[in-house]
Amino acid sequence: MGIFTKKANQAPRGRKTGKIHWTIFFIFLIGFLAAFLDAPIIWDKPVNWLNNQLGLDILPDFYQRPFKLGLDLQGGTHLIYQADLSNVESGNYLDSMQGVRDVIERRVNLFGVAEPVVQVNKVGSDYRLIVELAGVKDVKEAIKMIGQTPSLDFREKKDKAETESILADQEEIQEKSSQGIEITADELNRLLEDPYFKPTQLTGRYLKEAQLIQNQQTYQWQVSLQFDDQGSQIFEELTRENVGQPLAIYLDGAPISTPVVQETISGGKAQITGNFTLSEAKELVQRLNAGALPVPIKLINQQTVGASLGHLSLEQSLKAAIWGFIAVLIFIIFYYRLPGLLASLALLIYVALVLAIFKLIPVTLTLAGIAGFILSIGMAVDANILIFERFREEFKSGKSLGGSIDEGFSRAWPAIRDGNLSTIITCIILYIFATGLVKGFALTLGIGVSVSMFSAIIATRSLLRWFIGGRLEEKQKLWR
Amino acid sequence: MQIIKRRKIYFIISALLVLTSLISLLLWGLNLGIDFTGGTLMEIEFNGDQPTHQEVQEELADLELGQINLQSTGQQGLILRLKDIDEETHQKILENLGWEKIEEKRFESVGPLIGQELKGKTAWAILLALLAIILYIAWTFRKITKPVASWQYGLVAIAALFHDILITLGLFSVLGHYYNVEIGLPLVAAFLTILGYSVNNSIVIFDRARENLLRVNWTDFEGIINQSINQSLTRCLNTALTTLFVLLAIFFLGGQSIKYFALALIAGIIVGTYSSVFLTSPLVVIWQKRQRG
Repeated sequence: MGIFTKKANQAPRGRKTGKIHWTIFFIFLIGFLAAFLDAPIIWDKPVNWLNNQLGLDILPDFYQRPFKLGLDLQGGTHLIYQADLSNVESGNYLDSMQGVRDVIERRVNLFGVAEPVVQVNKVGSDYRLIVELAGVKDVKEAIKMIGQTPSLDFREKKDKAETESILADQEEIQEKSSQGIEITADELNRLLEDPYFKPTQLTGRYLKEAQLIQNQQTYQWQVSLQFDDQGSQIFEELTRENVGQPLAIYLDGAPISTPVVQETISGGKAQITGNFTLSEAKELVQRLNAGALPVPIKLINQQTVGASLGHLSLEQSLKAAIWGFIAVLIFIIFYYRLPGLLASLALLIYVALVLAIFKLIPVTLTLAGIAGFILSIGMAVDANILIFERFREEFKSGKSLGGSIDEGFSRAWPAIRDGNLSTIITCIILYIFATGLVKGFALTLGIGVSVSMFSAIIATRSLLRWFIGGRLEEKQKLWR
Repeated sequence: MQIIKRRKIYFIISALLVLTSLISLLLWGLNLGIDFTGGTLMEIEFNGDQPTHQEVQEELADLELGQINLQSTGQQGLILRLKDIDEETHQKILENLGWEKIEEKRFESVGPLIGQELKGKTAWAILLALLAIILYIAWTFRKITKPVASWQYGLVAIAALFHDILITLGLFSVLGHYYNVEIGLPLVAAFLTILGYSVNNSIVIFDRARENLLRVNWTDFEGIINQSINQSLTRCLNTALTTLFVLLAIFFLGGQSIKYFALALIAGIIVGTYSSVFLTSPLVVIWQKRQRG
């Protein structure tokens, strides 16, 4: 027995303890930094107190960063739309989808939802749009607005007199409402009226396509428009009436561009010039095409969780996690005594560290994700148990404390490595191939298990080695 | 403990459990949730008194929704399960039940297409994970080729894994039949965890055998394996216990949404600990005996 024992016993003690002090210092430093990041209040409170006591304001508050919660924990809706691309040429699928995405994103932004997600997703030959709205109140209204096909139209300038009268009215109504006088429905409509532009016959229906081009002389980016036959006639008429005047392009009722008509344009081909950057021009083209291309979308999947249920789930799962964790700590302290106590300390650092990593990446926490995390705690405990069992075996056989620690670790290591690596492999595969919930589970479990190797091997071990040669080493009861 | 010698008892216990599970699975199958089958799940809470199920059915009768399954949760909660519907129908249901009388807590509607896709994707992911685990075990145990080849450990670990999953599935087939418990995506995550846990347990015991086999002459294969199990026994029990603490906390305090998730894990971990101690090692020994004739 004891391939590793000799080495450990022979090592000069003095130097090793010097090194171990530093290791312990860094472990605690990492632990504290992680804890501060998890709950900045731990740092802020004493620091504020200190600042007050000294009458100075030197120490700043800790970096604040919230956890990212999934829809099932904060309430919200997850929608999957199927796009009908039957009217689009196959080469333009991705562009059209980007256009639709762009439009939907802008609509979604109107809800004032924090960090909405709008993604294009290709499954087989199907193109889909995934929309996630966290904490949205009126899901019904949201679905209604998202579901509209993008509407593009061209608008001409209103009479100067009309513009002025609208503006005057609006000012008056605003004045009224700021004084607390209730405004009527008519007045509200007037308030929402566009003072500058009025709709024309020309809509996205007549636009064949928009293209990005570069002017051969000036090298400026331009957007070229191509109307169909009917559209060309309307466009010609419109431009004749509005030479020198702006002709605004509206998408979903909001202006996206207001080019000025230079001359009457016949033939249905027009260029929008301006000081476009490449990305601005590109965006405009996408928006124009989104309004022009008929890409109907159909809601095929909806998951909505009410905010109250989300909060309840979060509260309950946190409560469960905390009580479960406390039970585990009590068990290992009673069963393994001093090593158990040290392992508990290492586990606390582990939990703080993993949570800090979740915040930093950031990992979206869902119920399944929390379950994965709790399980990784289980595996971290398992690693400690494996080590302590071996350590006890060696210690009971009469080995020195240092020898038993090294032996325990080196003997338990292959099992920990194999067990954890096979879990990590499973997590990677699930993360790549599975979807949604299972993916979140795999991510938190994978991160947790990876970090647990640190907790078990470095933290627990260093904490144990701290006691080598100390007074407590002789107290056999503490270790067995 | 003479685990290898008394292996017949353990084989019989496992065989009985697996058989019961198989019968239950064949008879009642699995109650798959809407995640996989497509359909709608609506959870609502009545502000006042909850109407009877029949009243709710009558209120929704004119919408022609097909079969509607109703399940009460707590005093005022009600879960409706029906075919997948569009947003318009969803709003009509709310209207028929009375906007002001209820609060909608959860609404999920999954098209059949998505359900099919999810089923396929999940199945693939699980198959790949299994394959990777066999390969990994075969690789990490590559140094011990005698008396049994390293890939045999991998296969035995997988056999134990099927044993664990099968029995847990059997339990859920029974729960599905009698208590309408559905298998949705969260439960799949639970089964995946059981899978990892089971393999982990097998690895710990095989690892001990690996160490012992490398150290001594392996003529007494049976004896060494038996010794290895006994040496790993405390660890297996303690690990199972600590994990069960957490899971019991989730089961009792974690709320409705993850209750059955925790239950699946509790069952899986009890069965998994049993199988890794009483099943895997005897299986390896038997295989070795067969090979020698």
